[in-house]
Amino acid sequence: MQGEAKHIITMLVDNEPGVLSRVVGLFSGRGFNIESLCVAETVTPGVSRITLSTKANPPLVEQIEKQLNKLINVIKVRDLTREESVIREMALICVKAAPEHRAEILRIVDIFRCQVVDVGLEHYIIEVTGDEGKLKALLNLLKPMGVKKIARTGPVALMREPK
Amino acid sequence: MQTMTGAQILMAVLQEEGVDTIFGFPGGAVIDLYDELVKTPIRHVLVRHEQGAVHAADGYARASGRPGVCLVTSGPGATNTVTGIATAFMDSIPVVVITGQVPTHLIGNDAFQEVDIVGITRPCTKHNYLVKSADDLARVVREAFHIARSGRPGPVLVDIPKDVAQAQVAYTRPAEVNLRSYQPTYKPNKRQLRKIVGLVREAQRPLIFAGGGVVLSKAAGELTAFARRTRMPVTTSLMGLGAFPGTDPLWLGMLGMHGTFRANMSIDACDLLVAIGVRFDDRVTGKVESFAQRAQIVHIDIDPTSIRKNVPVAIPVVGDCRATLEQLNRMLDDEDLGAINGTRDAWHDQIAEWKSRVALAYSQGQDIIKPQYVVDKLYELTEGRAIVTTEVGQNQMWAAQYYHFSHPGQFISSGGLGTMGFGLPAAIGAQVACPDRIVVDVAGDGSIQMNIQELATAVQCCLPVKVVILNNGYLGMVRQWQELFYDKRYACTAMDHQPDFVKLAEAYGAVGLRATRPEEVVPVLREGLAAPGPVIMDFVVAREESVYPMVPAGANLTEMLLV
Repeated sequence: MQGEAKHIITMLVDNEPGVLSRVVGLFSGRGFNIESLCVAETVTPGVSRITLSTKANPPLVEQIEKQLNKLINVIKVRDLTREESVIREMALICVKAAPEHRAEILRIVDIFRCQVVDVGLEHYIIEVTGDEGKLKALLNLLKPMGVKKIARTGPVALMREPK
Repeated sequence: MQTMTGAQILMAVLQEEGVDTIFGFPGGAVIDLYDELVKTPIRHVLVRHEQGAVHAADGYARASGRPGVCLVTSGPGATNTVTGIATAFMDSIPVVVITGQVPTHLIGNDAFQEVDIVGITRPCTKHNYLVKSADDLARVVREAFHIARSGRPGPVLVDIPKDVAQAQVAYTRPAEVNLRSYQPTYKPNKRQLRKIVGLVREAQRPLIFAGGGVVLSKAAGELTAFARRTRMPVTTSLMGLGAFPGTDPLWLGMLGMHGTFRANMSIDACDLLVAIGVRFDDRVTGKVESFAQRAQIVHIDIDPTSIRKNVPVAIPVVGDCRATLEQLNRMLDDEDLGAINGTRDAWHDQIAEWKSRVALAYSQGQDIIKPQYVVDKLYELTEGRAIVTTEVGQNQMWAAQYYHFSHPGQFISSGGLGTMGFGLPAAIGAQVACPDRIVVDVAGDGSIQMNIQELATAVQCCLPVKVVILNNGYLGMVRQWQELFYDKRYACTAMDHQPDFVKLAEAYGAVGLRATRPEEVVPVLREGLAAPGPVIMDFVVAREESVYPMVPAGANLTEMLLV
């Protein structure tokens, strides 16, 4: 599709049963795509934040924002791709750790400022936080060693406050 | 503090909301609600199928401008409402659907007559609720009515478990509804309106395209004033019929797939299109890339998602149609319109030429009744004042083309979803809302059978609806497509065996009449319209008559098949 780009959309929603399925149902019903989705409570009681990433061209992303805003339980919607924002994702990566690779893996972990959170005779589980580029770069380096499993949160994001 | 049961609270709130009628069908999960309902002055119309209840509530809402209400039981009662809810959703009709649910402790257990109706109807309601505690009931029902009728209206479903209806709780009247995440924009942006006034001044070939939003916001008077002052011709979508007088010289007729020649040609030629309360449905635009390709489009709508969804818009205005047109008309008070209106004679001449070149027409011979003739005579005999509901298909299009609607709420039809079986229950609802009006369902022999059981409702409740069946023994609109685009392969569209509709009417306790020859049409209509109760009039019409003009799906609006 013409001019398709990745958008990170964040929204505040009423923390009520069914809200997530309203949001997700909107995407599936209207043929919008969801690449990742992250939901958790905020500090305000009864309000949750949903962060999702999608690929869309400009008119479609305008339609997505409007449709989300139209849901009764959605309080506020923002496309953070258009704003100054901080975007982070966390991943847990279980990598094969053969004796000849163990030192190399630890060096990479150090360089990327990750943490090893689980160690076995034949594996490490690495916790990494960063933007999409950092995760990609790390994965590229770990792949040759053998990535056994991976769990990613998908991006979460906040708009930067005025300085 | 007063304690009440959930059922009593529901009835109290319904009365506070001004509900005078409920269309419904009882069942195990709503016995408590019905037990209280009969103690109130609210009228209950007992339908024969829950789909009929929603369509009747929908027809009531369209005819009265107030939300329609229906009440059904859990499980199959609830699932039977889905088509009705989707119909109301597509046409933005305020309906509140109350469904019973199994007791809360059984939810999720696959209990008897349990279904997740909130999950099922999530994509076809404006909003919906499962009430888990009687403490929430009053607030939720108030919110449901508020959401249904405000902004772009739509259906709202409230699912009430049996134990919530039975629970005794303290009741205090809930405060005014104020939802932080739902604040529709009614007032238009003035700067945008000034730009519109500028464009209206400059345009040589301006055109108004109005839709259901004008009917819903009760803006017909303002629309008519705006059009007449600016001397702009007016076309409407199917949903907009009645928003502008069908007898006015500025009236072009409906546009789109079965629109008039002059309306579709005007869309193609205009240099300014002021679209009000419309959503540019594919049946309206034809090939969307070439729709109004020479025009700047102004789009006024209360729903931001309608704007720029299907067509590019030069001036978007988010606002209520009536508030916007009122404001525009006030701005025009300060404008000298004499000069601009003088420059548009060529445009009006062109439209007149289109009108004389191709008018809506049929030829009524000696032997076989033409369906258009029936609608024509219905218009004459009711002096254009009936409320007309329709089913879906050819009957709907002929009603739209040959009955010249002049008042909003006069034409009641399933435009968006295209629901066969809508017309009869909708007529029942409209008749409840307007007991003194003549209400006619223009039907086909296929559609009418989808909810024919509601004739019993009309008879039981003494609602004198009149059903005009244009009986061609076919699913006529599909047959027409098969004739034109499928090389006359009439796959499964012939209904070679139909019931005897006259006897069927009589079996239900209604009056049945039939016309098989052209000279019988007027006498049958006269007798049927004059009868005090419900009537079915069966008109045996030309079997293979088609609706023209016709723009094939996806074609440019100017590519009309004319005969």
